[in-house]
Amino acid sequence: MIKLSQRLLGPVTLLLLGLTFWLGLWITPPDAVQGNLVRLLYVHPPIAWVALYVSFGTASIASCLYLWKRTRSEVMDRIAHCSMEVSVVFIALTLITGSIWGRPTWGVWWAWDARLTSTAILGVFALAYLALRRANDDPTLRARRGAVFAILTAINVPIIHFSVQWWKTLHQGASVLTSNGTLNVHGSMLWTMLIGFVGFTLLFFWLLRYRYRLEVKRDLKVADTVVEALALRQREGV
Amino acid sequence: MTRIAWLVATKDLRIEARSRVLLWQVLPFGVIALLLSGLALGPTQVGNSTAGPGLFYLVTLFVTLLMINRSQALENAPGTKASVATLGLDPAGVFLGKALALTLELWITGLVLLGGSVLFLHIALIGTLQAVPSILVTLTTLAVAGTLYGALTRGGDGPATLLPVVTLPAFAPLLIAGERSFSAALHGGALWEWWVIVVVALVAYTAVGILLYGVLEES
Repeated sequence: MIKLSQRLLGPVTLLLLGLTFWLGLWITPPDAVQGNLVRLLYVHPPIAWVALYVSFGTASIASCLYLWKRTRSEVMDRIAHCSMEVSVVFIALTLITGSIWGRPTWGVWWAWDARLTSTAILGVFALAYLALRRANDDPTLRARRGAVFAILTAINVPIIHFSVQWWKTLHQGASVLTSNGTLNVHGSMLWTMLIGFVGFTLLFFWLLRYRYRLEVKRDLKVADTVVEALALRQREGV
Repeated sequence: MTRIAWLVATKDLRIEARSRVLLWQVLPFGVIALLLSGLALGPTQVGNSTAGPGLFYLVTLFVTLLMINRSQALENAPGTKASVATLGLDPAGVFLGKALALTLELWITGLVLLGGSVLFLHIALIGTLQAVPSILVTLTTLAVAGTLYGALTRGGDGPATLLPVVTLPAFAPLLIAGERSFSAALHGGALWEWWVIVVVALVAYTAVGILLYGVLEES
C-alpha cells in the first residue's frame, strides 16, 4: 500500500498541477476587478501555503521528534534537513510570484510590507539553517544544533501569518477563507485554487522524498569512503 | 538554577573586568562606528535627519555580535567545558548566567553609545532619556537571543562569520521594534505595540533557552 502510494505520488502530483494550470489559464473567467491577473493567484497562495506551513511544519515536527530521546533517529534529522532545503525553493517562488503580482497591482516589485518582509526574513532563516549545518562536521552536533535552530525558526511562522492583521500594511488579509469562516472565492475559481493547494502540497512531499533518498545515498557514500580508506590503510600495513 | 546563573554571570563579568576587552576594544569600535555614521550623514544633515535611532541600533548590532562571539569564546577556553560537565551545572543556570552577564555588558555599551549618539548624531537629549527603558529591554532581549544563537554557532567552522548569518534574521524584528520605540520617544507615536514584540520575544527566547540550552551543551 505504502509502495503503491509512493509510486502514485509523482503522477498524481503532475496531474493535479497540470489540471491547476489548465483550469487557471483557460477555463476560469477573468476576475471582475483584477482581470487576468487573478490567474497568478491559483499558484501564489498554494506555493506560500507550502513554503510557510507545510515545509516549516514538517521541519519543526521532525526536529522536535529528533530532540525527544524516544524518537531520536537519523531519519528525523534527514527529514528536517530535506524539508528545510525544499522550503528555500518554495519561499523563493512565493516571493517571485508575489512580486510579479505586486508590480501591476501595487505599482512596485517590492514593498517594505510586514508580510513581505517577514517572509523574506523566514527565507534568510532557512538559508541560515543550511549554513549552520554545513559549519558542523560532527553528525550528532549538526543534527542537534539544526533541530534547535529549526524550532527557533518556526516561531516566525505565526508572526508571518498574523502580520497582516497586526500591522495592516500593504498586503491584504486572508482572502480565500476569512477569520470568521466564510469563503470569498466561489465556483470554478475555488476549485482551481483547491486543486492547486493539493497539487503543490503533493509536489512538496514528492521533492522531499527524492531529496531524502539522495541524502541517504550521500550518507552511504560517505560511510563507504571511510570503510574503503580504512581498508586501504590496512593493506598498506599502516 | 539562580545560584548557578549568578556564579556564571560573575565569572564572565570578572573575566571581562580583568581582560578589559569591552573597555579597550568593543567600546572604541562602537564610538568610531557612530562617528563614521555621522560623517556618512554629513554636517548639514546630521541635525535634521530622523536616521539617528536606526544608526544607533545598527552600531549596537555590530557591537552585540562582537560581544556574543566574545562571550561564547570564554566557554571554548581549555578546560571550561570539562569543568561544567564535571561539576554537573544546570544548563539552564549556565544559560541565564551568560545571558545576564551579556545583558549587563550590553547595557553599559548601549548607554555609552547613546551618549555618543547625542553627541555625534545630534539626537535630542530629552527624547533619548525617555527612550532609555525601551532600549534597555531591547538590549536584554538581544543578549538572551544572542546567548542562544551564540551557543548554536560555537565551535563550528568559522563561528565569527556564521554568527551574523544565524542571528540577523532573528535580530531583525527586535531591531525594527527597538528603532520604532526609540523614534516614537523622540518624535511621538505609538509605543506599546513595539514594546509588546520585544517583551514577547524576551519571554520566548528565555523559555526556549532554559529548555534547550542543555541539548546544545550535551554535545
